[in-house]
Amino acid sequence: MTGKSKSYALHLCLIALLAAAFFILPQYHVGVLSRVMVLAVYAMGYNMLFGYTGLLSLGHALFFAAGMYGFGLSVQQGGLPTGLALLIGLATAFTVSLVVGFLALRTKEVAFMIVTLMFAQAGYLTVLYFGSITRGDEGFVINTAKRALFGVDLSDETARFWAALLLFSVTLLAMAALVKSSFGRALIAVRENEERAMMLGYDTHRLKYVAVLLSGTLAGIGGMAYALLFGYVGATFASVQYSIFPLLWVLLGGAGTTIGPLLGVLFMYYLIDISSSFTDAYMLVAGVALLILCLFAPQGLAGELRKRVFPWLP
Amino acid sequence: MTERKIDRDTKISRRTMLGTLGAAAGLAGSTSVLPGVARMAHAQGSGPIKLGFQVHRTGIGSAYGRWYERVATAAVDRINASGGINGREVEMIAEDDGTDPRRGAEVLERFSSLHNTDAVFGPLFSHVVIGSAPRAGELKMPYFVVSEGHHVASGILNRYTLQPGITDVKSQVISMAPFIADNVGKKVTMIYPDFAFGHDHRDFFSEAIAAQGGEVIQKIAIPPTETSFTKYFPSIPRETEVVYHVMVGPAVLTFVREMGEFFGGRGPALFGFIDSLEAVDITSPGLEFLDGSYFWEGMARHAQPDQTPHEDAYRAAVGVDAKGASVDDPRDVSTYAHMFGVWETLAVMKAGMEASGYQGPDDRTALIEAVEGMTDMPLSDDHPQGDKVFNGKTHQVFGHQNITQLKNGTLERVHRTSIEDTFYEDEVDYTSQSF
Repeated sequence: MTGKSKSYALHLCLIALLAAAFFILPQYHVGVLSRVMVLAVYAMGYNMLFGYTGLLSLGHALFFAAGMYGFGLSVQQGGLPTGLALLIGLATAFTVSLVVGFLALRTKEVAFMIVTLMFAQAGYLTVLYFGSITRGDEGFVINTAKRALFGVDLSDETARFWAALLLFSVTLLAMAALVKSSFGRALIAVRENEERAMMLGYDTHRLKYVAVLLSGTLAGIGGMAYALLFGYVGATFASVQYSIFPLLWVLLGGAGTTIGPLLGVLFMYYLIDISSSFTDAYMLVAGVALLILCLFAPQGLAGELRKRVFPWLP
Repeated sequence: MTERKIDRDTKISRRTMLGTLGAAAGLAGSTSVLPGVARMAHAQGSGPIKLGFQVHRTGIGSAYGRWYERVATAAVDRINASGGINGREVEMIAEDDGTDPRRGAEVLERFSSLHNTDAVFGPLFSHVVIGSAPRAGELKMPYFVVSEGHHVASGILNRYTLQPGITDVKSQVISMAPFIADNVGKKVTMIYPDFAFGHDHRDFFSEAIAAQGGEVIQKIAIPPTETSFTKYFPSIPRETEVVYHVMVGPAVLTFVREMGEFFGGRGPALFGFIDSLEAVDITSPGLEFLDGSYFWEGMARHAQPDQTPHEDAYRAAVGVDAKGASVDDPRDVSTYAHMFGVWETLAVMKAGMEASGYQGPDDRTALIEAVEGMTDMPLSDDHPQGDKVFNGKTHQVFGHQNITQLKNGTLERVHRTSIEDTFYEDEVDYTSQSF
C-alpha cells in the first residue's frame, strides 16, 4: 500500500468511525460530535493557512462570522430561501477573505498577526455598531422553519448529525486531496522556506493569497453550518476568543495534518466538558493541558502520531 | 455538582430487617413532627425532581452568577424543607455556562441528555439566553430564564422559554419615564453600553420620555471594550437636566468614579439603573458624588422602613443584611436588585409542577401550560419583591419597580410604580405555537 492509498484509507476509516458513532454512542455524545464536526471544519480552514502555509492569523473569527452573518441575516432578517442564503453566506466569506487577504498579505509575520487581529476586531465592532440589524451582542435566533434544506429539517438531531458528517467528510477528503496536490506541496514549500520557493519560480504571494481565500471561505462555511444547524447567530462568534480557539485546536491536534483539527476540537471539547464537572477552573485545566502538550508533544496529537507511528500521515 | 446515588442491597439479613423495622418505626413517629419531610420521604420511590441550574460562574456574568447561585441554593433548600415538589425532593444540578452562548447551548444538552433534568432555570445574560433557547426548544426542555431582557416577550424565542420571575427591561424603562419627567428633569442625556441591552434602554426610554413631554437631547453610546470613560463626559450638553446612565460589566466602578471626578458633585441630576452599581458598595471611596442621585432597583438593596415580613424572610434565607451585603462579609455586596428573580422563578416552577401534577419529562408540556395559565402572583414568601401579574401569552411577568434616592449612604425608596405602569402591548402569543 502506498502512502497515498494509506492516507485515503485512514480518512475513509475515520469517516466510517464517525458514522458508526451515531449508532453506538449515547445521544449526548452524538450531539457533541455534531458540534465538534462543524467546529472541525472551521479548524481545518484555519489549518490550511497556519498548518500548511505557515501564516499565523489571529483574526479568523472574522471569516467564521462573515459566513455566519451572511447566511443568518439573509435567511432570518432578509427572508431569503435557505439555499440562496447559504450562497450569500459563502459569497460573504469569500469576499471578506478577498479583501482581508489583499491587504493583510502586504505584511509578514508579527505584523500579519496584528493586522488580522485588527481586522477581526473591526468586524466584531461592526456587528455591535449595526446592532439594530444584527442585534449586536445578543444575536438572534434562526427560526426552525428556516433551518430546512431540500425538505430536511436540520434542527432534528439525526439530520443534524448526518449533515455535519457530510460537510466534515467532504472537507476532510478535499483537504487530503489538496495537500497531496502540487498546489498543496507548493504551500508547504512556502511554509518551510519562502525565499527558496521564490527562487524555484513559485509566485509565493499568489499562493498565499489563494491560501487565505480557501482558508477564509472554509472558516465561513463552518460559521454558516453552525448557524444553520444550531440556530443561533451572535457577536460572540466574531470576538477574539473565536480567533484563538482554532489556533488552540490546531496546535493541540497537530498543525499541518489533515486529521489534527478534528482531534484538537475533540480533545479540547471533552477536556472542558469533563473538567467542568469537577471544577470551575476548567479553563485552567485546559491551559495546563496545552502547556503539557506544547512541552512534550510540540507537534500536536496527530503530529506526534506522524512522527512516531504513521510517517505517511498527510 | 453532585448527584445522589442510591445503593440497594438485595440480600436482607435478620440484622438488616430489624434495623429497617426500627428505622421505619422512627420515621413513623417523626411524621407528626416533620410532616413535610415525611411526605417527601414517602415519595422517594419516584426519585428527586432534577432542576438544572445554568449559572454564570465564570465570564462577564460571574458577579451575578455567584449571587444567583446563592439564592437558588437557598430557594431549593426552602422548597425541600416544605416537602419538596409533589412530595418529591428537589435536586439542583448546577453547570457553568461561562457566560458564553455556545457553552450555554452545550450545557442545556448536558442537562437534557446526561443529567435528565426535568427543567432548567437561571441564566441572566441575554446573549446566553438567546443562544441557548433554540436548544431548549429542540430538546423540549422547559427553560425558565431570569434575564430581564425583552427577548422573551418580543417573541423571538419559543414556547419552551419563559420568564416568570423577573420583569423585562422594556417594562422597567417605560415605567421610569413619568417619575423622571415629573421629578428630576425633562432634558435627558443617556449614557449606555453600545450593545443590545443599551440599545433597548435607548429606544424604549426615548419613546417613553417623549410621551411625558420630555426629550433625550444626547445619546452617548459607550463601546463594550471601553475601559476609560472621561473622554465621553464633555459631550454631555450644558442644558442637560438629567443624566440617565446604565452600564454593566467589569468596568462599571471605573465608569461611575470617572463620572464623579468629571462632575465633582455639581452638574445635572443623575438617574441610574442600579446595574451600574450591582455588587458594588455604594459607599466606596470616590462615589460620594452620588449622594442625592436616583436609581432604578428591581428590589431595593437597602432595607426600607416598610419592609414586608416576606422580604425579612427572604433576606434571612439568602444571608443578606439590611445593606444588601452578605451577613458573613459586609464587603461582599449582593446583586440584590436582580437576584430575587431566581427565588421567584423557582417558586413559580414549583407552583407550576404542582398545578400540573408533574411526575416526569412526559409532563413538561403540562408544566408549561400550567405556568401559562397563571395570572396573579400575590405578595408572599414566594414573591417577596411584590405582587406580580404573569402574561401567559408573552411568557413574561410584570411587577412593581422601585426608584430609590441615595441619602447619606442609604438608598431610600422615593417611588414605587404600579404594575399597570409597566404594561405594554403584547408582541407575541406563544400559546398559539405548538409544542
